Amino acid sequence: MADPNEGGRAAGKTATGTLDRRVAVKQLLDSMGDDVLIVAGLAGAKGDVTAAVGDDPRVFGFGGAMGAAASMGLGLALAQPDKRVLVVTGDGELLMNVGTLATIAIANPPNLGIICVDNEHYGETGFQRSHTGLGTDLAVMAQGGGIGAVRTVREIDELDEAGEMLRNTNGAAFVLLKVAVNDPPKMPTVWDASWHKSRFRQALLGHP
Amino acid sequence: MSDTWPEEIYGLLRENGIEQIGYVPDAGHDHLIKRAIADPDVHAVALTTEEEGVGLLAGAHLGGSRGVLLMQSSGVGNCINLLSLPRAGRFPFLTLVTMRGDFGEGNPWQMPMGQSTQPVLEACDVTCFCLDDPGEVSRTISAAITTAFVSELPVAVLLGQRLIGAKVFEKR
Repeated sequence: MADPNEGGRAAGKTATGTLDRRVAVKQLLDSMGDDVLIVAGLAGAKGDVTAAVGDDPRVFGFGGAMGAAASMGLGLALAQPDKRVLVVTGDGELLMNVGTLATIAIANPPNLGIICVDNEHYGETGFQRSHTGLGTDLAVMAQGGGIGAVRTVREIDELDEAGEMLRNTNGAAFVLLKVAVNDPPKMPTVWDASWHKSRFRQALLGHP
Repeated sequence: MSDTWPEEIYGLLRENGIEQIGYVPDAGHDHLIKRAIADPDVHAVALTTEEEGVGLLAGAHLGGSRGVLLMQSSGVGNCINLLSLPRAGRFPFLTLVTMRGDFGEGNPWQMPMGQSTQPVLEACDVTCFCLDDPGEVSRTISAAITTAFVSELPVAVLLGQRLIGAKVFEKR
């Protein structure tokens, strides 16, 4: 198989993770069933979610406001206690507001899971190395913040157990996906956040 | 004698369906925070930074709920980039800001952000209502709730140091 990064933005970049991000996120989201609400953080994470579930009204995706995905997931989870809420975000975005892990741990909603797609790089800005490629462990930070259910996934066969934890934990849960650094094709994106919000609310609440 | 206006504010928030109260602790919000924590029908969410409140309230709206962010004026500076979320997504946003660096401030470190609070919010398209008179509390908070949740726009009520009092500092 040809190297997908050959000549691309991520060419020559390395990470300690080896998972294919698109494969890992899709497998994890597929295992959650249809009745979940998803907040997708900006850039690469949103691409992974779109590639996994398509253009779906139960997803709200960010195009900016870096650092807000996890706290938005918290507000949504508290507002919708009967639905499982998943935040999918990258290492760069989570590092920007890493205290949110403590905020989520203390609030400890029974229905909120965070999936961090950690490629150890800031892909959107040219694949500069992030803290997680230099020794920072976001799973340890999640644990230290007080989140009780935390998993680091490095192998594809560990995804089933992580998915089960996300589905069944009666409290906040955190999954760190250690993925390879690559630059998958861009997904079509909606930049009109107001339209996106209204579509999400229409599907969930029956009104915009 | 204790002021009755903080309880008036709490009553208005609850009568108007506010169920999520995000806060970074501040002396001026002490009563509201205590009431929120003790209220079984409210999620009192302790934040590590005010920015998280912007995300929290947008998430609340996405899920059909209402929230308010309680913060001190210094926290407004922490929120700036994330205020693009309510603007880009046309999310309701209501914050009650207790002012420092406003009237009778004795700590010069508070002056820069206190004096910048309203211009910064307005530059981010957040409508500001200043509140200095205890007799105007109900009217002002009600007006802010209407603009936030009926017009679905970002609104801040600035609770001035004329209303809440200035923290006392002694000059050595």
